[in-house]
Amino acid sequence: MEMERRIKEHPILGEIEKGKQVAFTYDGKTLYGCEGEPIAAALKAAGVMVHRYTKRAHKPRGIFCAIGRCTDCVMVVDGKPNIRTCVTPLREGMDVRTQYGVSAKKEM
Amino acid sequence: MERFDLIVVGAGPAGLSASIEGAKKGMRVVVFDENDRPGGQLFKQIHKFFGSKEHKAKIRGFRIGQQLLKEAADAGVKVVLGATVEGLYLDKEVTVKIGEKLFHYKGDAILVATGASENMVTFPGWTLPGVIGAGAAQTMMNLHGVKPGSKILMLGTGNVGLVVSFQLLQCGCEVVALVDAAPQVGGYGVHAAKVARTGVPFYLSHTIVEAEGEDCVTGVTIAQVDEHFQFVPGTEKHFDVDTICLAVGLSPMSQLLKMAGCRMEDNPAKGGQVPVCDEDGQTSVPGIFVAGDVSGIEEASSAMIEGRMAGLAAARYLGYVDDAAAETGKEMLEGQLLSLRQGMFAPGQKGKKIETTEEGIPVSENLLKHGFVADDEILRFPGVTKRVGIHPVMECTQNIPCNPCQDACPKGCISIGDNITALPYVVEDAKCIGCGMCVAACSGQAVFLVDEEIGGGFASVTLPYEFLLLPEKGENGIALGRDGKELCPASVLDVKTAKAFDQTALLTIKVPAGMAMRARFYKNPSREGKDAPKEGGAAR
Amino acid sequence: MNDRSRDIGPFVPAPDDDMIICRCEEVTKGEIRRAVHDGMFTIAEIRRYLRAGMGLCQGQTCSKLVKSIVARELNVSPACLEPATSRAPMRPTEMYILANEEREV
Repeated sequence: MEMERRIKEHPILGEIEKGKQVAFTYDGKTLYGCEGEPIAAALKAAGVMVHRYTKRAHKPRGIFCAIGRCTDCVMVVDGKPNIRTCVTPLREGMDVRTQYGVSAKKEM
Repeated sequence: MERFDLIVVGAGPAGLSASIEGAKKGMRVVVFDENDRPGGQLFKQIHKFFGSKEHKAKIRGFRIGQQLLKEAADAGVKVVLGATVEGLYLDKEVTVKIGEKLFHYKGDAILVATGASENMVTFPGWTLPGVIGAGAAQTMMNLHGVKPGSKILMLGTGNVGLVVSFQLLQCGCEVVALVDAAPQVGGYGVHAAKVARTGVPFYLSHTIVEAEGEDCVTGVTIAQVDEHFQFVPGTEKHFDVDTICLAVGLSPMSQLLKMAGCRMEDNPAKGGQVPVCDEDGQTSVPGIFVAGDVSGIEEASSAMIEGRMAGLAAARYLGYVDDAAAETGKEMLEGQLLSLRQGMFAPGQKGKKIETTEEGIPVSENLLKHGFVADDEILRFPGVTKRVGIHPVMECTQNIPCNPCQDACPKGCISIGDNITALPYVVEDAKCIGCGMCVAACSGQAVFLVDEEIGGGFASVTLPYEFLLLPEKGENGIALGRDGKELCPASVLDVKTAKAFDQTALLTIKVPAGMAMRARFYKNPSREGKDAPKEGGAAR
Repeated sequence: MNDRSRDIGPFVPAPDDDMIICRCEEVTKGEIRRAVHDGMFTIAEIRRYLRAGMGLCQGQTCSKLVKSIVARELNVSPACLEPATSRAPMRPTEMYILANEEREV
């Protein structure tokens, strides 16, 4: 059973205000998130941990600072690489892909 | 190029406070912030703040953020979001990236309030997805409403590590352990105690050996370290976790100031590279000011005061206030700042071993080593007294600048006195009416109402409760001690919520009379899991 | 750190030399330590020599770590090491944006 990753109700914040549900693709697969939330939040809620594999050692990376500083969470978004997913708002129909080095293609 | 009287970089507590002060004095002020929401870290702070009324004590951080934004709007401050200041140049010019364009502004005065960035530590596996900064956890759960993980280990017992651990528990995550290489808890004891009483173990003099996992974190091993921070063989402990949170300190984010040519110093007491500045926050470059964490790591309460001081100083620098008015304002703000910088956690006390409180009472060693005051230590503190009938018990054992409990009691039962860091005590002949205002007012969740004899060999304990699901009147569960261990059966006598309590519920439990001074938390094993796993992870 | 005559002894391999320090450019602790023995005594030199702190985040995450490693290798306090030069842009910015200047918001 998958964990419920979204906080439905919070003891202090009550219901956290979110945008409307939108569909986007992650490596070609359709996922749903809330419009305007960072792409990284939508991926996290969907259980995606790996955002990219590094150029030199091909090691996995994901969310680290979540505020746009560390740039570890970059992915290829709508064809553009190096997009900081933790500070880029999710829009309907976005094409989000795992980044390998600096591209969306696996290099072996 | 557009010109402003004052350009503020950063819309956090310091920047907003400065802009409000500046605009009120008649300056044309603009604030740039790279984030798409204002408030800096304030909107992630869901706990009640410490201090006194003038420091906005007992108000939750995000509400202070809302207040500041309203004040800024009322004062006519222009706040531009999604605006990254890319450079700060000679003659106080800035370039700002907004959307896909670059803009160029000139300020007659500049205030840099860019805050801090998180420090990191390395260990094998520290680059794995699932190892995150404590700030990332706060951002995910409190801003975006997404749990950072399900089973989490926290490294760091400073206030950030302690506060974020509690917040993780509040949003339904499991915190498996709090770990720190230091031999004692670094943050406020009250923050530690509210985590420890829920059953989270503290491992001091321990650190991470390795984060395990192929593509993301699946476990972590910690081990004890000796006084030279070397691992002690054979002390390894393993935890299955999906997330490791790092809360190992902050560094001023001062690059813009260095770029502008301000004289810098490396000051370990302030957290790293900071500009050399005077008491108004003016740097070596006339007209460039700083406030908040960028000028030395403290917390939001002092950042707000520093911001106001720098805003006032900028107004004076540009002739918007005369010297006399500026001096008067400055004196008042300095007084507020001074009162915050007192007590055991004052900036000058960093790293010092404190043996006794200001009152001469030996500090709780157990609190420093395990996160909670032991049963045989608690009675030596002045807020903890046994008496007939209902009465407040203040488990406040460290001198910190905070006094909302004193103001909260309508009957004058609690006194701290004029010295804001003094430990609270119960006033001898005042009569407690059991209203619970003190319980809800304590930012450290360290005040309880106790009636040691309610008849039939039972006692009642009223405790602050900030979790879901809220227990129901009449249900039966288990009382936990300060150590988070199961103590005795308990039944819920009452659950009170009120606007004045600001989301802190008051839970009154009935326990055997002998447990009145030991029962400090409640859980109901039969209800656990009710709010847990449901199918599906995506938004609906 | 301008005393270039100082003798810092030979490079001694350590078990954690393969630890990644600069996450962006994937520079290891061993590479940084070796660079010091190659004569790179300042943070600016380390940056140019290894690209540590020159990636997308511009040293936001690793600068303190790099500083402490270099200081330890030189046997000095990190506070005596000059930090790297700060220059615009402070955040990753595409070239076309830098060339796209507007007059007013």
